[in-house]
Amino acid sequence: MKQTLITLVEDKPGVLNRISSLFRRRNFNIESLVVGHSETSGVSRMTIVANEPEASKRGNIYFNLLKLVNVIAVKDVSKLPCISREFILIKINIGPDQLNEVNAIVKQHGARIVDMGTETLIVEATDEESTINKLISVLQPYEITEIVRTGEIAMRRGKTHKVSSEKINAKVGDISWKPEHISSYQN
Amino acid sequence: MNKRKLSGAEIIWECIIREGVDVVFGYPGGTILPTYDALNKYKDKVHHVLTRHEQGATHMADGYARASGKVGVAMATSGPGATNMITGMATAMMDSSPIVCITGQVSSSVIGSDAFQEIDITGAAIPVTKHSYLVMDIDELAPTIREAFYVARTGRPGPVLIDIPKDIQNDSIDYIYPEDELILPGYHPPEDISEDYISKFATMVNQAEKPVILAGHGVLLSNACIEVMELAEKSSIPITTTLLGIGGVPDSHPLVLGMMGMHGESWANHAIQDADLLIACGMRFDDRVTGNLKTYSPNSKKIHIEIDPSEINKNVKVDLAIHADLGTVLRHVNPHIIKLDRKKWLDIISGWHHDSKRRDILNIKSDKLLGAQVIRKIWEGTKGDALIISDVGQHQMLEAQYYKHDDPRTLLTSGGLGTMGFSLPAAIGASFHEKDREIWVIVGDGSIQMTIMELGTAMQENANINIAIINNGYLGMVRQWQQMFYDSRYAETPISSPNYVKLAEAYGMNGYRVDSLENVIPTMEKVRKNSGPSLIEFKVEEHEIVYPMVPAGADLHEMIQRPWDEVNNNGQKQEKEKVK
Repeated sequence: MKQTLITLVEDKPGVLNRISSLFRRRNFNIESLVVGHSETSGVSRMTIVANEPEASKRGNIYFNLLKLVNVIAVKDVSKLPCISREFILIKINIGPDQLNEVNAIVKQHGARIVDMGTETLIVEATDEESTINKLISVLQPYEITEIVRTGEIAMRRGKTHKVSSEKINAKVGDISWKPEHISSYQN
Repeated sequence: MNKRKLSGAEIIWECIIREGVDVVFGYPGGTILPTYDALNKYKDKVHHVLTRHEQGATHMADGYARASGKVGVAMATSGPGATNMITGMATAMMDSSPIVCITGQVSSSVIGSDAFQEIDITGAAIPVTKHSYLVMDIDELAPTIREAFYVARTGRPGPVLIDIPKDIQNDSIDYIYPEDELILPGYHPPEDISEDYISKFATMVNQAEKPVILAGHGVLLSNACIEVMELAEKSSIPITTTLLGIGGVPDSHPLVLGMMGMHGESWANHAIQDADLLIACGMRFDDRVTGNLKTYSPNSKKIHIEIDPSEINKNVKVDLAIHADLGTVLRHVNPHIIKLDRKKWLDIISGWHHDSKRRDILNIKSDKLLGAQVIRKIWEGTKGDALIISDVGQHQMLEAQYYKHDDPRTLLTSGGLGTMGFSLPAAIGASFHEKDREIWVIVGDGSIQMTIMELGTAMQENANINIAIINNGYLGMVRQWQQMFYDSRYAETPISSPNYVKLAEAYGMNGYRVDSLENVIPTMEKVRKNSGPSLIEFKVEEHEIVYPMVPAGADLHEMIQRPWDEVNNNGQKQEKEKVK
């Protein structure tokens, strides 16, 4: 099952290394990891997508991640209502007679053309992973020469709290970042 | 507090003294020189033990930590000094032992340039430590050291590394010890006690007919020895221990079955397989404990109390998971436990006892001295009162079987990582805490030769340790596997030894050799009169096998027992025989 983990980490050197090293040495399969600044200075935010069929293994990933000293909070949002997005750029080799055709397909899929050369164009899209995959498949008949995608980022819907950089457990205000309970990973 | 201008090197000593450290195990070198120079000012407060190898320093810190429950400290220079610490940190990591390793690093300006003796130890230490730090700013030095000690000793304890560049040690600032509350945003203490699972726990125990307590290292780390015994006695629940759980419950107690697992007591393993409830207390269902997971205790409900949530449901799926401090949980649960005598269940287990006890190696008359006999004699000679540090191999398993530990923290051994060479340095470390207790190192001829240079440290420190080398001329446990699973093809397991008596003398200590059972106790008596380190070499039977044995990955109840013909023919024949 796809597991999406929103992870808040201290913005310190080597933290990304500690997280990727954890996934590697524990033999956890990582699908994507996106990292960037968060709303709080000194705190980076990661969206990690893993894929393990067993609930106990997903729990194992969760608690191993939480155990890292530089990890402030982890929220498993796999079953929560979320907005999740991925960003993609696709470069296509194209003849002049195909332009209108491609433009129609791109528009139909909520994407847009952001660069046009004499023989190439670049398509940009921001959407859910499944829609992005669909866009790639409909552009497949044309000559795709490059793809770059960011991996998924996710945000819960509804009211959540801003994370203070103090101990999560101690703050009532941080309640939406409270660690998961072991029982949520029981089969 | 008044401000003082201190160098980074001085701050290191100030801070570790604030943590209650009075002994440091280490080895100087280029990038840690400023800190060693500053040591001269703190000599009245901290004793530094010069080891013979940095691995030894980490094991000493580890041995000190395990014996005392306090944080042990090891120190080394950058590059090879730091990499030599990796085995020691990994050993401490696997066995949840709180140590802080301080390494020098090349100056911050040349980090990343492959400078002389530069290695990225902060990175290399990631998989073998609880956490690692590189201090790049002198203002961060004191807070980092404080944080490192806190991380090492709290929650599930473990090793922490602090890497400090030479220029940070040389730099100086106005030093104020950070007295404010320690804030670690990413450090999560165990969750609170909940009434919900307390009543579930009690109901499961009260309704069980065949419960077994699995007591692990967590019993000792949580100081929950009394609480575990209270639960066991109240409800008449038999207890079996892991290797590191030995001593957490008194071995001589009628409810204590002994060790479980690969070389555990057969009745303990049968009890686990037949149980309808397992109460796992501070243990992690290691493969050496469970055997084949698919057939492990198939009919039992399982309760797991564990301070590290990442260990829960990792190997064995449990029915009631409790992420909290063991002692605290049991103090809440015990009042809800009904008094039961469980005569039927205990009688079944005694039945298994009978058969296995007759197969005991001590019932065999042997012309040659046996390792098991030596260990039993050491137990008798010390009245079970000594602090034992065992190494890794056959002697380690024999120690677990034949030396009965009634007190907590009286057996130190490398369980998780199985680090050969652990015992001698760990014992030297432990001797700085257990100044009045008799200390025995039980070590094989293979293991002692892995860290034998630490005899020099024992001599220099006049460490009050007795070293019992169980010499069978082989890497015994590997030889056992070769005999059992590789048709006795002994590839590279015969190992020669130096003349240990002469070696002891060369190191200025008393050395003895014993090759008969009647001389064990008299020689021990001689050694006990010596102060400082002594060494006895016990020449024992070469082909002794540790029984029972659950082959790696086999079902826990499919253990190989000592064959009857060997018992009847006094050890003449050794063949495999599977006993259900």
